[in-house]
Amino acid sequence: MRFVGSADYVATEDLKLAVNAAITLRRPLLVKGEPGTGKTMLAEQVAATLGLPLLEWHVKSTTKAQQGLYEYDAVSRLRDSQLGDNRVQDISNYIVRGTLWQAFASETPVVLLIDEIDKADIEFPNDLLREIDRMEFHVYETREMVRARHRPLVFITSNNEKELPDAFLRRCFFHYIRFPDRETLAQIVEVHFPGIRKELLREALEAFFEVRDTPGLKKKPSTSELIDWLKLLLAEDISPEVLRSKDRKTIIPPMHGALLKNEQDVHLFERLVFLSRQSR
Amino acid sequence: MLIDFFLTLRRHRLPVSLKEHLMLIEAIRDGIIGPDIDAFYLLARAALIKDESLYDRYDLAFAEYFKGVQALTGLTADIPLEWLRRQAELELTPEERAQIEAMGGWEKLMETLRKRLEEQHERHQGGNRMIGTAGTSPFGAFGFNPEGVRIGQDASRHRRAVKVWDQREFRNLDGTAELGTRNIKVALRRLRRFAREGAADELDLEHTISGTARNAGLLDIQMRPERRNAIKVLLFLDIGGSMDDHIRLCEELFSAARSEFKRLEHFYFHNCLYEHVWKDNRRRLSERTRTVDVLNKYGHDHKVIFIGDATMSPYEILQPGGSLEYANEEPGAAWLKRVLDTWPRTVWLNPEPEELWGYRQSVAIIRDLFKGRMFPTTLQGLEQAMKVLSR
Repeated sequence: MRFVGSADYVATEDLKLAVNAAITLRRPLLVKGEPGTGKTMLAEQVAATLGLPLLEWHVKSTTKAQQGLYEYDAVSRLRDSQLGDNRVQDISNYIVRGTLWQAFASETPVVLLIDEIDKADIEFPNDLLREIDRMEFHVYETREMVRARHRPLVFITSNNEKELPDAFLRRCFFHYIRFPDRETLAQIVEVHFPGIRKELLREALEAFFEVRDTPGLKKKPSTSELIDWLKLLLAEDISPEVLRSKDRKTIIPPMHGALLKNEQDVHLFERLVFLSRQSR
Repeated sequence: MLIDFFLTLRRHRLPVSLKEHLMLIEAIRDGIIGPDIDAFYLLARAALIKDESLYDRYDLAFAEYFKGVQALTGLTADIPLEWLRRQAELELTPEERAQIEAMGGWEKLMETLRKRLEEQHERHQGGNRMIGTAGTSPFGAFGFNPEGVRIGQDASRHRRAVKVWDQREFRNLDGTAELGTRNIKVALRRLRRFAREGAADELDLEHTISGTARNAGLLDIQMRPERRNAIKVLLFLDIGGSMDDHIRLCEELFSAARSEFKRLEHFYFHNCLYEHVWKDNRRRLSERTRTVDVLNKYGHDHKVIFIGDATMSPYEILQPGGSLEYANEEPGAAWLKRVLDTWPRTVWLNPEPEELWGYRQSVAIIRDLFKGRMFPTTLQGLEQAMKVLSR
């Protein structure tokens, strides 16, 4: 199995190498990077190109590690017992499998995405150490050991909100997705809008990087914002000429609301544009 | 061979473990990469380095291991001092320049560097890891970075391409960089200690279920208090005077702390702590709080953070009547000692770059009073401070 990128996803050399190392050794790959650089997309694309099913586990601040393994549905068992249902005799009827168990039990190897692991409690990764390392866990209620038939390909994304414990990090490969450079970005746009006019793309990228380079922005526009913005530009059929005058820093690019998501940022940007207009 | 590589990384204070090293060797054995140094660079990084803020340090270590040596010996031979100095002026930040100044200027620095190289050259003839000791040498003090850059470019004179690790593109991600609000929040989160205190006003579902089960199905409702961050923080902010340069940083720090801690109290002082502190800077003369009252009111379990540049004349700390604003009966040092006695968990955050601390006598005095618990307001410094506080 080897990941070579796909028609819908532009993967840089270093990313491919990290993915392949993780796939070959069947170790989890931890992916970090600016928001909107395609961390979550990566797992989807790997699953699609390798033809494997994808299981997703989206982590929230209230997520517990145990929920990924299994949950014991005590409430329905209690109800069944009061209604005299026969199912109540067998406790395994009330064990609800979590994402990790599903991945372990699958007949074929699967891609498992643990999305935004840093959102959960600080102990969350520690609680998963053994499960990720040995790919097995014990179900207390049924005294049963669950082992993975095939080690799943685990992709973990993090936004750096919390530091992950060293013991956890030691078990993973790590890749930091950098913000793409101009060529990569042009490739990415090509993938999303095949046959986009070269002129428009060049001018739009020019304008985009100019906005991105504005000092003091609270939230820099990322790839996904660029894609949205281009979508708008195409829908409104804006000509490259309108964007070009932007080079002189005197007008605000059309639909800039798609690029700047923060009121203060918009305000700052507009003020800078007015300033440079006055100084002309 | 890779053992040396591993040790080089360790020497550069990169937290690589044996387990990760074995993982790297396993990956190489499985033929993930061909005999290609660029691929090895990427693979080793993916396997060993788990934090993008360490990428820059990794680049340096990698460069050192693979070719630092030849390039450095070239330096003793024929690089004109003049050229080097001019380059440095173009490339170095003011802090870096200040450090070099502190070492006795460029001549001194180059002299030391040369001497060191000669010594080492004699010690291991044709040896290979000579600048290994640089980690602890004065060059290490400024992260080896001016040379690192220079030497990399020097190498291209010999028609060698500049490698990825010489470009040092991850420099900005280094943990010693300045702070942004989000970074501050992340750092402050280390101080979280959740606890359930106060009135029981939340339904404890799990215990209700198990209690009900134990009651053979009769409902047994259990309540518990809400889970809150139990940390209590007192913030003392230096305001006015030389602190004006750092207002933005203080604002950011303050707003981040506000949203992170529910039980946060703040007070202002000017330069050094004396009889009075105040809560609103506009009414600093009319609405003052006596420091004694603050000391008595807040319990020993408060964590205390001072933010100030600690830059003043030593008299302001040590002499009675040394204050700029009024005749204080007791020296500032006495008040600071009282604070340290009342709240053992106290740190001082200094927004001035750490390299400049050495030039200010008052910084040294306060640092001494705080038993070394003064930290710069970089991400690293803040994390260290939080570690001390949460101990």
